[in-house]
Amino acid sequence: MQSHSSYIRIRNLDKTYASPRGPVQALSGINLDIARHEFVSVLGPSGCGKSTLLKCLAALEPISSGTLEVAGKALSGPPDHMGIVFQRDVLLDWRSILDNVLITAEFRHLPRQEYEARAMQLLRLFGLEDFAHRYPWELSGGMRQRASICRALLVDPELLLMDEPFGALDAMTRDELNVELQRIWTETRKTVLFITHSIAEAVYLSDRVVVMARNPGRIAEIIDIDLPRPRPLSLRETPEFGRYTAHIRNIFTNIGVIKHD
Amino acid sequence: MTDLAQWWARSERLRSVLLILLVMVLLWEALCRGLAIRPFILPAPSLVLKDFLSEPAYFMKHSGYTLLTTLVGFIVAVIGGVACAVGIVYSKLLDRLLSALLVSLNAVPKVALAPLFVIWLGTGTEPKIAIAIMIAIFPIVIDTVLGLKSVDPEMINLARSCRASGMHVLLKIRFPNALPSIFAGMKVAISFALVGAIVGEFVAGSIGLGHVILLSQGNFDTPRVFVALTLLGLLGTILFYLVDVAESMLLPWHVSQRGNHGDGPVAQRGL
Repeated sequence: MQSHSSYIRIRNLDKTYASPRGPVQALSGINLDIARHEFVSVLGPSGCGKSTLLKCLAALEPISSGTLEVAGKALSGPPDHMGIVFQRDVLLDWRSILDNVLITAEFRHLPRQEYEARAMQLLRLFGLEDFAHRYPWELSGGMRQRASICRALLVDPELLLMDEPFGALDAMTRDELNVELQRIWTETRKTVLFITHSIAEAVYLSDRVVVMARNPGRIAEIIDIDLPRPRPLSLRETPEFGRYTAHIRNIFTNIGVIKHD
Repeated sequence: MTDLAQWWARSERLRSVLLILLVMVLLWEALCRGLAIRPFILPAPSLVLKDFLSEPAYFMKHSGYTLLTTLVGFIVAVIGGVACAVGIVYSKLLDRLLSALLVSLNAVPKVALAPLFVIWLGTGTEPKIAIAIMIAIFPIVIDTVLGLKSVDPEMINLARSCRASGMHVLLKIRFPNALPSIFAGMKVAISFALVGAIVGEFVAGSIGLGHVILLSQGNFDTPRVFVALTLLGLLGTILFYLVDVAESMLLPWHVSQRGNHGDGPVAQRGL
């Protein structure tokens, strides 16, 4: 990728954790560029540091060495115009769904009244308008995660970080949300960094898939996904799609994550 | 179903409690009469009631005083206890200082400190309130610290990712998250505050139910002691349930309260 126009620029990033049994290298020599409006997935087995990479990019974890730039500026604190979706929905039990969505505006000291209309619009987009005044525990897992995506999108961030957002959902809900996410992304063209451990999900959603290996966490390969959009779910049964998933599975086999058949 | 029938069905628990109480009082009455126990040793419930009805204003005055002392002590303990807990959670220095102080103070039987408060604060209402605060503040501090600390780290990450201020994290995340724990501490503290008020009245002063008990004991007026004890029991029960009701009104979202309000996830009802 051309580095001069990249929105996110990661160079020689290392991340080492202190642990009771000595330092643990979570990430080693990460180089990655992400262009504006690009949908990039980071795919890897558990313990490969993919979530750590996201947390470094969100400035929730300090990096040990290397450089990390967003929009041409070295990262110092969480970037403006960023939204995060976590693996668990992290909705606050004591707030209604609408109030949960609005919290990202409150935290930024933005006037609540101005964002209420936008919050309702987002909830409508995700089919949650009837649940705006419900509490999180009254909703199913899929609906809760939809609400947490609304929360991340409230302030119209340029960058959307998603940390295995659908990992805890059942397969059908997951498919449903994949379709919805693709639709929203096509409409809004956010820059998305999407962490997942599902090969099919990564190929289905992304422009590029970053395949990671572990011990230490590093990039094994970056794959361009040249599949036409919009992508229907049935695309996953086509030979072109299969070639991508087979290729990625091959990488995991070669680096020893998946055992040979 | 009529309203009355609904109320009848819902009040089943209350009715069974009242029934058990009634049976116990009747047994007590029968025991006193059957064995001809002298009222000086154990007065029959009817005698206790008679004594109360002979001077209701007298008993109400003393109950009111004890109630006031308890409530003031409780409220100050809640405010002070939550403030201490916030200090302990946010400042390492305060954590060391206050924790050490609280632990060592808690190790002393606090009732034993009551006479000291009389020396310091005299024989008015102040020492009684002070003792109530001292006893009631511990459960508040301990439970609030626990509640403030047991926050999902991902919630803090959410706030940090929006560059939320420390004050926002406290007010919008930590504090509401701690409310169920704070209420748990308050339920213990309200009873403790009543204990403190009575101890204070025992040690000095000439008003309050504690004083009535002490005075009647000196006169060998056992029925009057029982009137005061019964009023104390009522007071304690009512105060506890007031905190309980406040909890279910303020925390309709909490797991422990959900059965009373909503009817489960709407999503599971086919939506």
